[in-house]
Amino acid sequence: MIATIRKTVLSAASAAALAAAAGPSGAQELNALVWCDHTDPALLEPFETAHGVKVNVKEYEGTAAGLTILGQSQPGDWDVLVIDAVDVGRAVDAGYLAEMPADALPTADFFPELVMAENNTRDGKTYAVTEKFGYNTIAFDKTKVDPADMEDMASLTSGKYDGRIGIYDYYLPVIGLVALGQGIATADITADTLPALAAPLAALRKSARQVSDVVSSQTALATGEVDIIFGGGEWLTAVLMADNPNLDWTIPKQGGLRWAQSIGVVAGSTRPDLALEFVKYIVSPEGQARLATSSCYWGMPANAKAGDHLTAEQKAVLRWDRQPEYLARAQLYPIPDAATDAAMQDMWTAMLNQ
Amino acid sequence: MSLSAREARLGWGLLAPALAWTFAFFVLPFAAMVALSFARMEGRTIVPAADPGNYLRILTEPAMRGALVNSLEITLVVTLVSAVLAYPLAAIIAFRVPRRWQRLALLAAVLPFWTSYVVRSYAWLLVLGQNGIVNRLLTGLNIVAEPLEIASTRAATIIGFVHFFVMLLTLTIYASLVQLPPSYARAAADLGAGRWATFRHVILPLTLPGVVTGAFLTFVLCIGDYITPQILGGNTELTLPQLIMLQLGRSGNFPLASALSVVLMIVVSLAYAASARWLRLDRI
Repeated sequence: MIATIRKTVLSAASAAALAAAAGPSGAQELNALVWCDHTDPALLEPFETAHGVKVNVKEYEGTAAGLTILGQSQPGDWDVLVIDAVDVGRAVDAGYLAEMPADALPTADFFPELVMAENNTRDGKTYAVTEKFGYNTIAFDKTKVDPADMEDMASLTSGKYDGRIGIYDYYLPVIGLVALGQGIATADITADTLPALAAPLAALRKSARQVSDVVSSQTALATGEVDIIFGGGEWLTAVLMADNPNLDWTIPKQGGLRWAQSIGVVAGSTRPDLALEFVKYIVSPEGQARLATSSCYWGMPANAKAGDHLTAEQKAVLRWDRQPEYLARAQLYPIPDAATDAAMQDMWTAMLNQ
Repeated sequence: MSLSAREARLGWGLLAPALAWTFAFFVLPFAAMVALSFARMEGRTIVPAADPGNYLRILTEPAMRGALVNSLEITLVVTLVSAVLAYPLAAIIAFRVPRRWQRLALLAAVLPFWTSYVVRSYAWLLVLGQNGIVNRLLTGLNIVAEPLEIASTRAATIIGFVHFFVMLLTLTIYASLVQLPPSYARAAADLGAGRWATFRHVILPLTLPGVVTGAFLTFVLCIGDYITPQILGGNTELTLPQLIMLQLGRSGNFPLASALSVVLMIVVSLAYAASARWLRLDRI
């Protein structure tokens, strides 16, 4: 009964949102459930022109929200899904992603670490492909802090930077970073190891001025409200660097986290061929270059051949030449089971209200 | 006088669209939310149940109780400060501004409503920040040596809310004040009452419905808002709506989010019950 009511109410809401996104045109359309970087017209326009279609994009934040939207939609409502690479398995388990022909995707041109077959494939079948990646580390204003201090996470809780730190408001990368600071690999975060992270997380919160989302973090760093963003990286500073070249980021000696996002065709899509074409466009060198520098946030393209379509300045901002070193020092996001995930979120809630 | 059967049928017929609307868009969703609040999560799956566990969590977990307390504290302070600031503003517009300019004055008072809520919050962030106008003024005049920490605090949240809700209360109080016949104040003066006594014993009691109506609306809108605490408060303390958003957006824990929403509804209902005697929503 509850499930039926919930499904009916949310299906209606989802259908209404989709109808609003689809617009009045009856022309061929593609409906994509995406992150904000895919809403940049400069990214979508070449595909729309080449295929004579309209790409309707709906933004979401957080895998739980995305999977909820899919769960309450009718088959065929959505054609393309962008999702955290480490969560592709959850979408596959729920039956939301369709198999894609592996030979249609240029993964041979990818940075090897970004193929992420263990995340994007299941039983030899490809369900998603990595499209963009970057790092959750420490972003800072190099004129306001000692850059040498930023090479050691311990300096953030030493008292020297109390009240000058902002924490990125996303529990997975921040708890992952705190774990690295304690010498615990992100893959080893379990119900057993998690309690050991509560005190260091609380200490970080005590030193911090705020806990904020992407836009508020960018605003705080740009206006000097804080000088350091714990969990920040190129995705935070790149769009601000034109106005403030003093913004910088680094991977401290304890390491950093590598975020990656994947894209796939939604199961039940009524336009699977067109959806696959969109995926192929996004992971093509041109699409990758546009995605890497899209207006919401920048990030490294998974396809190394995108470098041919990026300017020297863009590559410098993305730290193109230092990727081998960075990739070697960064770990993937934690991939907690449901119980550990709930415990991590409870720890995060307690931290917010401490 | 009793209605004939035909008139009664006509009355119900005319009422039917409103009843159907209320049933479809309030009663049904609310019933669904209450039912969902007693379900439980098993892993990432919602399991229908009659489990009061979510309510027990709200009552026993410090972070959840803290969010409720934070919401109540912020809302009560905002409502009180807004009312104290709005009353004199409404009185000035009603009694000191010439009649022909009153509409313009009210228009100026409600101008903040015309801007986006989110944009207005970010604008306040820039005003209250370390390098914002307030701190530059204070340090420039040597009133303080170091910039004050205003942004990302509860004070910033309250300032942002008060800026918005003073306008709302001004409107409801103004509506009460202009309905007050001038003869009442003159009669009080004839009977020897001074200005303060006239205000305290005549004007304030008669305009209380306007104050309470505005205060109730302020309470409802403020306690249900999560944007302002998120942006201006710097997410440094959780409020109930933020906690609900965390459950929906991050955890996918619809049962707990529903239970928290029911608690929010109960708080609003209690506020309504406390103020029902003076509420005059028809005057808005």
